[in-house]
Amino acid sequence: MRVSLFITCYNDTLFPATGQAVVHLIERLGHTVEFPLEQTCCGQMHYNTGYQQEAIPLMRRFVDIFRDAEAVCIPSSSCVAMIRDHYPKMAAESSDPGLTRAVDELLPRIYELTELLVHCFGLEDVGAYFPHRVTYHASCHSQRSLHLGDLPLRLLRNVRGIDLVDLPNIDRCCGFGGTFAIKMGDISAAMLAEKMKDVENTGAEVVTAVDTSCLMHIFGGLHRARAGVRMAHIAEILAPTESDVGEGAWA
Amino acid sequence: MTIRVSEAEHAQSFQKAALPLLEDAQLRKNVRHATDVIQSKRGIVVGGTPDWQDLRTAGSAIKAHTLRYLDQYLLQFEKACTAAGGQVHWAGDADDANRIIVGLVQQYGGTEVIKIKTMTSEEIGLNEALDHAGIRAHETDLAEVIVQLGGDKSSHIVAPAVHKNRSQVRQIFRERMNLPDLGDDPEELTAAARHYLREKFLRVKVGVSGANFLVAETGSVCIVESEGNGRMCLTLPNVLISIAGIEKIIPRFEDMEVFLQLLPRSATGERMNPYNSLWTGVRNGDGPQHFHVVLLDNGRTGILADPESRQTLQCIRCGACLNTCPVYRQTGGHAYGSSYSGPIGAIVTPQLLQMRQAQSLPFASTLCGACYEVCPVKINIPEVLIHLRGRVVREQKSALDPEALAMKTAAAIFTSRTRFEAAQRLGRIAQWPMVSHGWMRNLPGLLGNWTRVRDLRELPKQTFREWWKARAKTGSMPGPSTPLRAARKLAQDVNDHA
Ligand code: SF4
Repeated sequence: MRVSLFITCYNDTLFPATGQAVVHLIERLGHTVEFPLEQTCCGQMHYNTGYQQEAIPLMRRFVDIFRDAEAVCIPSSSCVAMIRDHYPKMAAESSDPGLTRAVDELLPRIYELTELLVHCFGLEDVGAYFPHRVTYHASCHSQRSLHLGDLPLRLLRNVRGIDLVDLPNIDRCCGFGGTFAIKMGDISAAMLAEKMKDVENTGAEVVTAVDTSCLMHIFGGLHRARAGVRMAHIAEILAPTESDVGEGAWA
Repeated sequence: MTIRVSEAEHAQSFQKAALPLLEDAQLRKNVRHATDVIQSKRGIVVGGTPDWQDLRTAGSAIKAHTLRYLDQYLLQFEKACTAAGGQVHWAGDADDANRIIVGLVQQYGGTEVIKIKTMTSEEIGLNEALDHAGIRAHETDLAEVIVQLGGDKSSHIVAPAVHKNRSQVRQIFRERMNLPDLGDDPEELTAAARHYLREKFLRVKVGVSGANFLVAETGSVCIVESEGNGRMCLTLPNVLISIAGIEKIIPRFEDMEVFLQLLPRSATGERMNPYNSLWTGVRNGDGPQHFHVVLLDNGRTGILADPESRQTLQCIRCGACLNTCPVYRQTGGHAYGSSYSGPIGAIVTPQLLQMRQAQSLPFASTLCGACYEVCPVKINIPEVLIHLRGRVVREQKSALDPEALAMKTAAAIFTSRTRFEAAQRLGRIAQWPMVSHGWMRNLPGLLGNWTRVRDLRELPKQTFREWWKARAKTGSMPGPSTPLRAARKLAQDVNDHA
């Protein structure tokens, strides 16, 4: 299968390792990855902050760039949620029937990474090796918009060497919320404190999720506290195999 | 028309009002504890209701239908209520409603009223208006008694004293009921309240209530509660005045079947409320002999006119969205500056005020969706929040606002690949004065709000697309070592700096 990667603007700029892991994972599962260089941003930040007008051209660009894709993989549930939950309404309001049709036709081919692996490739065991104590945070959009349920956990449970520990209050918001973390900094900090406590109590060395944005927030706080917990997008756990890793290479 | 929602129009922004609350360790512990308890009870009873999702769908559909034909149902209610011996009054705004109620109390020669918990009366500032006219209002809901005697504000639409714990309640009762030896045993506290209230139930001749539901078909009014104090107020006085927002209408008596399942489960985690009171007009020699209903608009028709946010009026004020909200959990209700707090408060307050005030409230959410998930009438609160954010930006933000400028700039960058790639390169160059040992800990401007409590890693040497392009150019296969190398470096960095 030819998978078109929408890496998302923030992964592209801030977290290239996530994208590299996604490419590595998909390719080692025998599929081809395309990366249309015209891509930028899905418009989520603008749309959710109240700048809905500004999000419309970004939606048009996205649809133009990916309309012919066989499958679009997006390693970020909040961007998938933006596209699934809001593009149809935005397109309808544009009173451009062509755009509405294009959105309708494109939506069934949009996959969040774990959806791609499980629903599209039919895999729950991707042959990964990750010998670390890991806890998984179920980000808000992954749970309440995409309804991923235990999809990511099913993939993680099949990783060799992993010591997967349950995160208490697994689906409670970490307090990121995009511009919320800036606009309502103190409240966001209070929410983050609760999430950090839950993460630290697991004794995990790695906190993972299907969204690097939430992880950037949680890890940003953990790093400030010198807590000794690091972040890894789920792709970075599912990508490496036993043959990739020399003895202790991940330690 | 002067629309008032408690004190919201003069309230500070949410983020400012939250600051002292975040400092209050006792309040935060009380709120966390109480909402956790209610939530887990709710989880259990909802889990034991196999047709829960169907009930939600039905509740939502009935409410949406009612709002569509609200004018007809209101008139139907007026007709039925009047025929049963009640009298219906129409109040355009808070001042109207207060004038009507004060006038009625005076007409019956009352100088005091006993009240059942009603958020609508808090919305319009009824107690203050009564006080102004020399009429004393006595709250009788235990939590409202605590709030009133403590000179406090309610912080939750179902459990107004959720921010107080037992020993704080004891302190208030000790001082205000003059009971210096009162213990903090729940039985002792409720006994003290009972003693304090019984005397008022027997003496005061005018009762004021809100309404959970108004049944258009029969002209009936319904109130559900846990203590029975409401039942006292509904049956003992000679005069009963009920105030209700116009959205409280449901069409048919049998619709109660749906709502009396949804509401108690969502509100208190019970399958049924201990007291369900339902009355129709006046019954000779039984209960209040004079019955008035005040139907309040106070901005509601404005909400109705906006198809995007009309669903706000479906709310049955169960409070489930407050209990599950990770933002409410941190501050309790006082940060919202309104009688309506939590996610529903964040959408209803600014709309009642027609967006003139309370503009920070639509932003007091991470859009995490927990509220939508629990709402028994399926109000998509995140969707309404986003819509209201759009209205704030369109109607209030000047083009020179720093945030608006940043957003416009970002939009210009994102609409062009060349500009986007240039911005990525520029960011890498511009960040250097702020980077120390690979991390940013003190960013300027708006971003400073990020680094006050969070570190931010410096921008990587290579963006993803640069890596992709380089790979395509050299024709090198995707080296499995590439993500590994990156991950190893990350682990290394953590070890270095942790
Ligand atoms: S918005 Fe929904 S959950 Fe919140 S109080 Fe209203 S009915 Fe209950």
